[in-house]
Amino acid sequence: MRSVGPRTLFEKVWSEHIVTDETAAAPAVLYIDLHLIHEVTTPQAFAQLRDLGLPVRRPDLTLGTLDHSTPTTPVRTFHDLAIVGEGAAKQVVRMQDNCREFGLELFAFDSRHRGIVHVIGPELGATQPGKTIVCGDSHTSTHGAFGALAFGIGTTEVAHVLATQCLLQRKPKTLAIDISGPLGPGASAKDVILATIAQIGVDGGTGHVIEYRGDAIAAMDMEARMTICNMSIEAGARAGMIAPDATTFTWLQGRPRSPKGRDWDDAVARWRDLQSDPDARFDRSVSVRGDKVQPMVTFGTNPGMAIAINDPVPADNGDPGFRKALDYMQIQSGKPLTETAVDIVFVGSCTNSRLSDLKQAADILRGRRIAPGVTMLVVPGSQQVKYEAESLGLHEVFKAAGAEWRESGCSMCLGMNGDTVPRGKLSVSTSNRNFEGRQGIGARTVLASPMTAAASAIRGRIADPREFL
Amino acid sequence: MQPVTKVESRTVVLAMSDIDTDQIIPARFLTTTSRDGLGRHLFHDWRNREDGSPRDDFILNSPAAYGCQILVAGRNFGCGSSREHAAWALLDYGFRAIISSAIADIFCSNALKNGLLPIVVDNTVHAWLLENPCAEVSIDVRSSSLALPTGVTAEYPMDAFARYCLLEGLDQLGFLRKHDDAIRKFEENRPWTP
Repeated sequence: MRSVGPRTLFEKVWSEHIVTDETAAAPAVLYIDLHLIHEVTTPQAFAQLRDLGLPVRRPDLTLGTLDHSTPTTPVRTFHDLAIVGEGAAKQVVRMQDNCREFGLELFAFDSRHRGIVHVIGPELGATQPGKTIVCGDSHTSTHGAFGALAFGIGTTEVAHVLATQCLLQRKPKTLAIDISGPLGPGASAKDVILATIAQIGVDGGTGHVIEYRGDAIAAMDMEARMTICNMSIEAGARAGMIAPDATTFTWLQGRPRSPKGRDWDDAVARWRDLQSDPDARFDRSVSVRGDKVQPMVTFGTNPGMAIAINDPVPADNGDPGFRKALDYMQIQSGKPLTETAVDIVFVGSCTNSRLSDLKQAADILRGRRIAPGVTMLVVPGSQQVKYEAESLGLHEVFKAAGAEWRESGCSMCLGMNGDTVPRGKLSVSTSNRNFEGRQGIGARTVLASPMTAAASAIRGRIADPREFL
Repeated sequence: MQPVTKVESRTVVLAMSDIDTDQIIPARFLTTTSRDGLGRHLFHDWRNREDGSPRDDFILNSPAAYGCQILVAGRNFGCGSSREHAAWALLDYGFRAIISSAIADIFCSNALKNGLLPIVVDNTVHAWLLENPCAEVSIDVRSSSLALPTGVTAEYPMDAFARYCLLEGLDQLGFLRKHDDAIRKFEENRPWTP
């Protein structure tokens, strides 16, 4: 065994999964412990396997769900499901056929565990510290909240993993982001990550794996940590990680796929070592004043164009994209976004659709009504989140406030399933991307936390959630 | 994948920074089970008006853009979603290379696996290319360099393995499958199982 110096969390997980070291001539062969798959980015990969006559190497390390193009409108039976569009319907059928043919587990419409891929992995306990996890989806970074190395891949790489359980990878650089705490009232993980991206830029993490650390992170529950890691990709980072601790272990214990009995004790002993060593060197380090973070909103068409809710929209910086973004958003420099009229409010997506997110929105909505003319969708991240929320009566809070309570799925985050924001309408959304047209052609998206989204639904304009605390 | 050794073409310029993959191909066109035919959806909502007619003020709709195989884009091209459909759409439309001062990681990886050249140049070369659309540029994969019509030649960074795959038209899955013994050994010897 060669001796090693102090290592980062990332380096520990990386080195434990090296099948073949990288050289100048070839990348490393990296072993993948968990491959999550969904209907949109896999059909071409299965077709390639079929063409080559290859099986899936490790069906036991592969887990499928239907989430992107699935309807969220409540139905009595699953036979009533109306998938929007012939293509989407065909894709869903193809996913079911592919999983059957290759012998893969799929959480389909009739499963109590179906949901957004990045919600169900952790919920099942399949996401664990120290694992390598990939999925044909950029928000795979979410799973890094558990101290896993998790990243999004393209469809060609999905085929690589299906066939070999490995990927060819160059070792990324490391970026430490230290976030001080405690957070102020009305500020949540979503606000922290939006403030972080605004600080380092939408390409501030390119080529790097981020490790989030510091008081603010240590104090966060697992769902908040998932929100943070989820948006690592919005800073361009390859992945985001948080060292596992007692919060992580407590959250995982007893989940369907978490280790049991002696295996649990062994796993926790192993996981405790998944910390960056005290003298470990990062390629870059950044500090974020978490204690100064206010509720955040985006004003432009990328997640880095974010400001504190009462700050004025910045002046034109000369980039051709900046002017275009403000024109598209119909927003002016020099004044805050509060008072901007809201048409749609979306609480959901792999960023903010877990039970704690729904609770935060419900706490503000309880006993109140959303403003006339506002449409509000609450879309739980998984069927399990839906059942838990219903057992707490949250669905009654949302419905009494005038919001729609839906089945789980990606829904209005990217509008593939028919849940779209109409042209020109302004949406306050707890999702992760405010790109042009992301929520529908011509849709204007303002990213915010579940609390800010709920406050804005009540006011009918972009509103500071602290008014309701 | 076909071998790629050279791309020689006029450039078309989209100067904006942070062009995301939702612009390159909107999500509603991802409901396909094929890699083919996505070029018609490339930059769909920038190319077309509400009624489906082409926007005259969008550069790809201008006669000057016809036949261009090199897209020069602002910083951080291809950010956002991991959809490989973005690379497929650009290739199907006829592009063979993207030049920028920074290209998003997942897009870059997807592009290389399909023989689309993601080329990162320094700020000086980038600024010149942004200011001089329709420039005849020649990209030589073997030497990882590009030649501008001014006579300037600039090297660009390209991973040695990626370059080898481009030049040979090598399918990376075939290369990966040659590691089967090592993969099996790794599975047998690891101290814990996932």
